[in-house]
Amino acid sequence: MSEIESFRSDVRIWLEANCPDSMRKPMKSESDICWGGKRFEFSSDDQKAWLDRMAEKGWTCPVWPKEYGGGGLSKDEADVLKEEMNRIKARPPLISFGIWMLGPALLKYGTEEQKTHYLPQITRGEIRWAQGYSEPGAGSDLAALRCKGDDSGDHWVVNGQKVWTSYADECDWIFALVRTEPDAPKHLGISFLLIDMTWKGVSTKPIKLISGKSPFCETFFDDVKVPKTNIVHEAGRGWDVAKYLLSHERANIAGGGSGAQMNPVAAAHKSGEVDPDGRLLDPILRADVARLTIDALAFETTLQRIKDQAEGGQGVGAKASMLKYYGTELNKRRHELNMSALGSDGLLWEGDNPDDGDPARSWLRSRANSIEGGTSEIQLNILAKRVLELPGG
Amino acid sequence: MSYILSEEEQMLRDSAQAFLTEKSPVSELRRLRDEGCKDGFRHAIWKEMGEMGWNGVVIPEEYGGVDMGYTAAGIILQEMGRTLAATPFLASSVLCATALRYGGTDGQKSEHLPKIATGEKIYALAVDEKARHNAKHIETRATKDGNGFRLSGQKRFVVCGNGADMLIVAARMDDESIGLFLVDPEADGIERTLRRSVDSHAPANINFDDVKLDGDALLSETEDGSALLDLVLDSGRACLAAEQLGLAEEAFSRTLDYIKERDQFGQKIGSFQGLQHRAAHLLTEVEMTQSLVVKALRQLDEAPSQAPLWIAAAKAKATKVSRLSSSEAIQMHGGVGMTDEYEIGFFYKRAQAAGEYLGDDAWGTSRVAELSGF
Repeated sequence: MSEIESFRSDVRIWLEANCPDSMRKPMKSESDICWGGKRFEFSSDDQKAWLDRMAEKGWTCPVWPKEYGGGGLSKDEADVLKEEMNRIKARPPLISFGIWMLGPALLKYGTEEQKTHYLPQITRGEIRWAQGYSEPGAGSDLAALRCKGDDSGDHWVVNGQKVWTSYADECDWIFALVRTEPDAPKHLGISFLLIDMTWKGVSTKPIKLISGKSPFCETFFDDVKVPKTNIVHEAGRGWDVAKYLLSHERANIAGGGSGAQMNPVAAAHKSGEVDPDGRLLDPILRADVARLTIDALAFETTLQRIKDQAEGGQGVGAKASMLKYYGTELNKRRHELNMSALGSDGLLWEGDNPDDGDPARSWLRSRANSIEGGTSEIQLNILAKRVLELPGG
Repeated sequence: MSYILSEEEQMLRDSAQAFLTEKSPVSELRRLRDEGCKDGFRHAIWKEMGEMGWNGVVIPEEYGGVDMGYTAAGIILQEMGRTLAATPFLASSVLCATALRYGGTDGQKSEHLPKIATGEKIYALAVDEKARHNAKHIETRATKDGNGFRLSGQKRFVVCGNGADMLIVAARMDDESIGLFLVDPEADGIERTLRRSVDSHAPANINFDDVKLDGDALLSETEDGSALLDLVLDSGRACLAAEQLGLAEEAFSRTLDYIKERDQFGQKIGSFQGLQHRAAHLLTEVEMTQSLVVKALRQLDEAPSQAPLWIAAAKAKATKVSRLSSSEAIQMHGGVGMTDEYEIGFFYKRAQAAGEYLGDDAWGTSRVAELSGF
């Protein structure tokens, strides 16, 4: 047996013994996600056991180095782990901004002390992180941000407001972009700071969205003292970190999208709009579903192809913008079609079952996909500039 | 399955690109059109392609081919799409070679495949009888007559039909099943009418009036002629999608060059966001098309039973995107894009014709719905 196949067999045996049955069912909504953090309430003992066992192996972050709490797996081994988890439909033990955003940035830009201190807490789900990027006056034009840190010797005094901070009211820490060099050019005056949400002067306020949920907050900083050791990379170089991290965010939003389980075909069957052979009755709806399928096949294949190219040594670079743009627009279409196929069933907002209203809420949530992490229009700007090398305007 | 080209495939691409750019640029298509060429292609170029082994790219070595597979055929057609090269490659080397390879007896293969591989004879496939592609609609009859058959019916828009030395004709047999027949176009009872098409190609309408065929005219290695025809058409669709992709890429590339050079309002028009976003969108669509085309061709080579869904998706997407790319090309070129002198119009016309042939995006979408059980 090859090395990778014997690894697969070990993984299979371990998962069989350690993944609780209740963690082998697909997640229905965001409320089934294990986010971790000091304030997180586990929905069941199984959920906690699953996290603890996977964290013990380092498999919440399979490719991170072992010394920082990761699994130290090669890419091939990580693929095997993923395939084996998919095989038994195992839920991810932990999903967090720490894993897919801050972690990669710390691995690249963090000091040894920062890595040793923060990364293991992320892999074990002990700290939950929020992202402090956008401000009321700095959305697509993120570098126009005004939240400022005044130099006060061994610390900065931070004042300002962040918006669209995901679940900030449930988070323990926030990584934030703060203007610490007021005289430097726009992109060169920003620092990347790590701030404890319990520190004096930090406060949050949830924002209610069209979906009725409040996954985002406003976060306020009022004379918050941030030690100078809490900076990632150099002062004034936070934009480099932010860009690096955004490329990870884009890849993630493009790949998943909320409610990828929403299936227009199943929806049409549910609402009874099929003929005795199980074919969709409405020919136009049927065509729309087929068109969506073609584009979804194209997108899925492109993800694979770009992965192959990356492994062959070709950089992905601005192609992340292509995936982000196409993937999120596709996901919005999928939800629109799902709602059409469901008919009036899709309009339900509240009912007797806990998942009543999910299709409508997911549909509404999907509208944010092409806004968060850089709007579709920003992605098109990036492609025009960096890939097509069109002249600046 | 790898989405990356092998070294051998990369070399094929490079040599195809070099050859076609030199011998068969868009200006060559214009010359064929202006000369009123009745065959629709240049024999000298076809002969050279045969010498390089391309014409036998899906033909086994024992019959004179190089047997590199459909991905390789797609690579050649993608480059042909870039220069709008008009050749019998799709008709003869893909469609008819596939029909013979998978449907021919040893005797039929030995007699015909080497001629296709060298390019010495041109073969064309006659299927369509209606204006829109529909392989299920076949009324041409092959009636049993002694040891042979009598063939009657009408085929339309047979690609390369006017210059072909041999035809493979789909006809309905006495038991209503489909058979593919080798037919000499010079035989008694056959009338060919040249139909000049908008893309400057030379298809033909062909009438068969009680044409006498020998018993060995039928491709009889397989019992299921309908499945054979599906495979033949699917191989053509996957390869044609590659041509459409090449066309889309080249039209896009020419448009990019143009909007980087053209000044209006004292600046390059490529600096306007109105054009930038459309160009970036097109880039994304072309990338998506490329993924489907590569996947369809690789599936045909490595897992043919899984290929039909991917081929239908690829043909639908390539049809839409090649038409989008070439119509955006005309719009962004502005007035000069409408002139015959400028070459961009040739891309728009070919995109329409290649899209229609073997099934357009509506056809591919219906097929995806059918195969997926929607």
